[in-house]
Amino acid sequence: MLRAGDAGVLLAGAGLVVALTLFAWGGDRGDTAVIRAAGKVVGNISLTHAQTFSVSGPLGATQIEIEPGRARVARDPSPRQLCVKQGWLTQSGQAALCLPNQVSLEIRGRISAYDTLGY
Amino acid sequence: MTPSAIELPVTAGDRRIARLAALAIGLTLAEAALPSPLPGVKPGLANIVVLLVLLQFGWRAAAWVSGLRVLAGGLLLGSLFAPGFWLSAAGALVSLSVLALARHLPSRHFGPVSLSVLAAFGHIGGQLALAGLWLLPGAAIVKLLPVFAAAALVFGTTNGVIVARLLAAPASGRRQSAPCTLS
Repeated sequence: MLRAGDAGVLLAGAGLVVALTLFAWGGDRGDTAVIRAAGKVVGNISLTHAQTFSVSGPLGATQIEIEPGRARVARDPSPRQLCVKQGWLTQSGQAALCLPNQVSLEIRGRISAYDTLGY
Repeated sequence: MTPSAIELPVTAGDRRIARLAALAIGLTLAEAALPSPLPGVKPGLANIVVLLVLLQFGWRAAAWVSGLRVLAGGLLLGSLFAPGFWLSAAGALVSLSVLALARHLPSRHFGPVSLSVLAAFGHIGGQLALAGLWLLPGAAIVKLLPVFAAAALVFGTTNGVIVARLLAAPASGRRQSAPCTLS
């Protein structure tokens, strides 16, 4: 039922699906973490090696954890813990905002997903 | 003055096309009742008929069946000249163009499955091109491309296997033009 060319067409079709998936959903992996406190940039860290930062805000210290290729808010004094629950950020344009403590963590890639973001 | 009767000669070929188009329309209607998670993701069962017609009676007959299917399907579903109708027409047009080229592939290596998969990609390509240019310009159609392409691959393969089975089955009173081997 399947002839040699059919297998080729199916493989090409599968390749097209994979290519489209990577193209449409792959996104841009970020390489820099921008940390802000009260609107001011306090850190511009490249995601190359593991390190942790402590940023102080009105409520206390927010702990930010950097690992190769990803970053997260590890601990935060905000009551609802939304920025902590966001987990690891990897894609350019992703951001975790700890609004009560006025701290934000944003991932930047080679191409900025946005010109500017107002929080 | 007596009204003059207009005689339209009907050939056997016309009747055959009408019969096959009716089959394709029936499948289109049956398929419209199937729930779909995403508009546009459909098995495309009518393409089985179009492909069978292509392999047995040539491209012209397939184009007639496909065109009649789109038109009558639109009439019966109440979507004639609505956006869905134009999407369907664009898909059928591109699919037929692809088939016009693909049927010249050497049939020793390329069977119904190839034709079906290529036609399915043509179908979804035509629909998405029209949707992107006319209905939703600038919208996030790109994000849906993988879903549509995967659906085209799966349903195109399934329909192609069905066509190959139907052609290989010992039919009563049906001509066989394409040699097929059962695996």
